[in-house]
Amino acid sequence: MDFLIFKAPMLMVQASLDGILLGILFALIAYGMALQWGVMNIINIAQGDLVILGGYIAYTIYLWGIHPAWGVIISPIIMFFVGWGLYKLVINKVVDRDLFISILATFGIAIVFQQLMNFIFGADVVVAQSEYGTTMLFDNSVTLPNSKIFSAFISVLYAVALVIYMKKSRLGRAIRATAQNARAAKILGVDTEKVYAATFGINAALCGIAGALISITLTLHPYVGLPYTVRSFMIVIVAGLGNLPAVAVSGMGLGLFEEFADYILGTEFRIGAVFLLLVLILVYRRFKLSKKREYLK
Amino acid sequence: MEKVKQKDLILYSGLIILGLAAPYLFSAFKVQLTYLCVLIVLAMTWNLQGGEMGYNTFGNILFYGLGMYLTASVQVGMFFSLAEWTESGGEKTFVHTTAQYFQGIGVGLLVSAIVPAVIAGAIGYAILGLRGHYFAICTLGLGIAAGEIAGGIEIIGAGQGFTTPPFPAEIVDTEARGKFFYFLSFALLVGTFIFVKYIYGSRFRLILNAIRDNEDKAEAMGIQTMKYKIVGWMCSAFFCGLAGGIMGGLIGYIDSTDVAFDGREMGVFMVLMAILGGKGTLWGPVIGATLFHFFKEGLWTLILGWQYVALGVLIVVIVVYFPEGLMGWLREKYPERFGEVIDEKDRKAQVELK
Repeated sequence: MDFLIFKAPMLMVQASLDGILLGILFALIAYGMALQWGVMNIINIAQGDLVILGGYIAYTIYLWGIHPAWGVIISPIIMFFVGWGLYKLVINKVVDRDLFISILATFGIAIVFQQLMNFIFGADVVVAQSEYGTTMLFDNSVTLPNSKIFSAFISVLYAVALVIYMKKSRLGRAIRATAQNARAAKILGVDTEKVYAATFGINAALCGIAGALISITLTLHPYVGLPYTVRSFMIVIVAGLGNLPAVAVSGMGLGLFEEFADYILGTEFRIGAVFLLLVLILVYRRFKLSKKREYLK
Repeated sequence: MEKVKQKDLILYSGLIILGLAAPYLFSAFKVQLTYLCVLIVLAMTWNLQGGEMGYNTFGNILFYGLGMYLTASVQVGMFFSLAEWTESGGEKTFVHTTAQYFQGIGVGLLVSAIVPAVIAGAIGYAILGLRGHYFAICTLGLGIAAGEIAGGIEIIGAGQGFTTPPFPAEIVDTEARGKFFYFLSFALLVGTFIFVKYIYGSRFRLILNAIRDNEDKAEAMGIQTMKYKIVGWMCSAFFCGLAGGIMGGLIGYIDSTDVAFDGREMGVFMVLMAILGGKGTLWGPVIGATLFHFFKEGLWTLILGWQYVALGVLIVVIVVYFPEGLMGWLREKYPERFGEVIDEKDRKAQVELK
């Protein structure tokens, strides 16, 4: 084969490390999606746009002269309230309805978000400079930006913190109870409405963290939200709802796939490859399940 | 088919006469009218999927974009080298004669109807096995993947876009181009309407409805649901491809993600129009598309720059507060008009029960 990546083994190492670090970030977004899907039975097409909005918050504080890494603390706080408001405004009306309704409604929200971000932040591709420098490995043949390592570290930190919070805290237990059986939880005195709002808020906050990390590791643009939604959707359906280690693994797998697709097919087909992979995964699962006369639900 | 009633006959002939006279009456709005025809076709074919079969697809845009690229490619490729054409950006060194232009677009439209239908048939078995929201997301992915991939293929212009052949300059009449595309799209609209109306009177529709209401039970009753789902999708693809081909010629320029596989506009419009009018009715998508088009054209210019915000808000409002659409609302208000007989005693009993 005539591909550059097979000639230079170091490129392989480079792509793998990049992919894994990126994949951890995707897994964080996917975790938020799994959370709201499991608890509220909602597929949020605006997930990626929440991520980008979180990124723009970090970018804004960077413009104000504060180091963008503080975005991983400020952005989730703001995004939590954005998510809460979004729930009170729209999502609470689609929670117990048909899933297609929630897909379309969040699609509408996604369009509004994209356009508003386009107005506020402009249509340019922006990036917040973290100035963390780079780490060279293997005789300078592999370059890793420190910001990527930082972002993977922060992602793991937040994910672990959230898992502990969900296990130990009162709200976390209420959320898990509602996910198991909303009706029973309501009877036992859980304010499900509040739980839903909090879940959506936590999801948005996770998106905010991921966005802040993306603003220093990758680039931001108002219209690149949808690929993040699709990536997280993909990770969730491969891993299953509520299976956190699997989410992390499949997130890294997706990151690897993307980096290799980038090298082999070319950058112009990267997003196309992600969407095609989604179709292929769904089709594969459909054939696998149809052997047992079941289908994806 | 049952005999067409006299009242319907008057309605239909009135509409056809209006349609034929429209480009002369509203001469300045020919392009808008062409758009309207195409939008109605897209909404009606989406309704076959989303409304009748219960398979809410975002993927019909795939066939629309394919049709667009196919028509233009065939029209160019029949007479010139396609690679050179896109290389030069459709520069004026290659000029179609009048005969070549019409031959090209004729064959192109034929291809753009058949190939998407064949593709729908080929991928149908894999894709239509998915249900509910998995199907919706999968088709959304298909549409976007197609756009991204088309944007990377050199021979059809890649990211720069593809200029479709200009209307032959030998025809002096400046109105001719608008009229040609209007009548083409109007013919497509009439053809689609007759086809959909035929389906509405047939057993096929009942099978689709059975699939929508409960696919497992339909299968248990001995209906080969997969076969009918694929046929239904192929019908949609056929008309979507044609609509795309006509639109490509009208717009004159094909961009991979902004014109052809335009999931953000056309792909959402067709869903929205069908829901606005009322899913699962014959007239719903027609009315929905018309209303939507008037709303869009009237408002777009007033709120320049904010149109996508308005579109997003519109989607949310329609979907959240108005999911049954106009026809559904009318049906609830005047059930007698829709041939539903209401037993007053039964209704009272139900009210008391509540």
